[in-house]
Amino acid sequence: MILPALLYLGIFFVVPFFSLARTSLSSSGGSVYLPTLSFNWDFGNYVDAFSQYQDQIIRSFTYALAATALCLLLAFPLAYVIAFKAGRYKNLILGLVILPFFVTFLIRTIAWKTILADDGWVVSALGAVGLLPSEGRLLSTSWAVIGGLTYNWIIFMILPLYVSLEKIDPRLIEASKDLYSSNRRGFSKVILPLSMPGVLAGSLLVFIPASGDFINADYLGSTQTTMIGNVIQKQFLVVKDYPAAAALSMVLMAIILVGVLLYTRALGTEDLV
Amino acid sequence: MTTQATAAVGTAEPKTIKGSPRWGDLLLRIVAGLVLLYLFLPIFVIVLFSFNNPQGKFNYSWQGFTLNNWAHPFKYPALTDALKLSLNVAAVSTAFALVLGTLVAVALVRQRFRGRTAVDTFLVLPLTAPEVVMGAALLTLFLDFGWAAGYTTILIAHIAFEISFIAMTVRARMRGFDWTLEDASMDLGASPSRTFFKVTLPLIIPGIVAAGMLSFALSLDDFIITYFVSGSTVTYPLYVNAAVKAAVPPQINVLATGILVVSLVLLAVGTLYRRKRIAG
Repeated sequence: MILPALLYLGIFFVVPFFSLARTSLSSSGGSVYLPTLSFNWDFGNYVDAFSQYQDQIIRSFTYALAATALCLLLAFPLAYVIAFKAGRYKNLILGLVILPFFVTFLIRTIAWKTILADDGWVVSALGAVGLLPSEGRLLSTSWAVIGGLTYNWIIFMILPLYVSLEKIDPRLIEASKDLYSSNRRGFSKVILPLSMPGVLAGSLLVFIPASGDFINADYLGSTQTTMIGNVIQKQFLVVKDYPAAAALSMVLMAIILVGVLLYTRALGTEDLV
Repeated sequence: MTTQATAAVGTAEPKTIKGSPRWGDLLLRIVAGLVLLYLFLPIFVIVLFSFNNPQGKFNYSWQGFTLNNWAHPFKYPALTDALKLSLNVAAVSTAFALVLGTLVAVALVRQRFRGRTAVDTFLVLPLTAPEVVMGAALLTLFLDFGWAAGYTTILIAHIAFEISFIAMTVRARMRGFDWTLEDASMDLGASPSRTFFKVTLPLIIPGIVAAGMLSFALSLDDFIITYFVSGSTVTYPLYVNAAVKAAVPPQINVLATGILVVSLVLLAVGTLYRRKRIAG
């Protein structure tokens, strides 16, 4: 029963990574129209990937970290209210939370382009209260890109947080109050530790796609905000320098794997799924 | 806070305990409401701009109200074709992935076999690969094989990322089921096939439906992986992306709003159906 799926994932998930690794160690020749690859353990692609694109690599992970933190900050109160305060409106609010994500992610990002536009009401409102200088912009800044990343993946933070908060037995919170714990102490000693699996799963589900994304940087950013995904996409599909692009993809994957391992170790939650 | 609480308990005056959390409670609800509003902000813009009458090529700033776009939602055949193709890919790939994913999920929950945890971990792996990397890896594979990118490669890629989501969703829904119901059914004289159709299937169907809907939505929305393996084939998200570079017709907003309304109806029907099942 498990064989068909394993076979499928073997061919179309594991083998592709061998292809990718092989390509990353090849040298390219030929022309842009007819590129030829020869496999010769060319580790130079990796050296180039780090030296040429270290800015983009660092930027990608900084943006993804900022977006993950923002998601956590915004999602926690909402997930908490849905889990403990919503009462009979629980399912309705959950439905409302999911609803925006039925609109294609590209179209949602285009909508942010409209909202953050230079002549839009957000810019003029922020300018009016002095939070933004008169010639200040939101679009094409790092903040726009981080905001876009936050928006597009926040659902993957809200849902796991909600699931883990919902599992908490309310009697535990009552018990902590009966034992003269303050609300804040009850929160930090009971609710927060018990919501850790949700925090962990949510952070990974936001951080991983955000670090590899190139749409938000493309639509909402400028040439100063390009991420590693932009480079990979461009090298693969425009410049057609497959070895360089493959090496960059391997670097991205490796950094994420190491990060995920360290993170799960640190938080010590093994039952991720 | 602690001293306040103990003091209040000591003097038997519960008002102070209730008083301060109530403000916190209100603040919490306001923040949650604002976050919900933030989630909907772009949606309002999308729906509003489906009624826009843009003067230039781009539908980015408000020019004036018109019902024209809604009168001609399928004005751009390329957009309509792209949407049809995406619906086709979503349906076909989900059908394949449902079979593969459900079988794994059932095996993981029902059968005890060696290497079960390894299979578990292996299934999670595709979820931890960023989409660019998965798209890039598949592209290099297809290049190695010498396969032309197009409909088939898109289908292959979509099935590959859907299997894990489906297996995880179905498995999560199946955990904690009382499988002795099957034994009970057989003890009462039902044949194995009758047991399967009357007991097992009704138990796992909601999980399969939920997984199928998730898979369909993910496929319809996928841009990054598809971008790498599509060649010159244009799906709905790919059309939108090309439009951002050239011209954004308001029909994009009309169709997006249409999809949203259909999803809303499905969501409502699903909720009502579940409620009826629980009630009846």
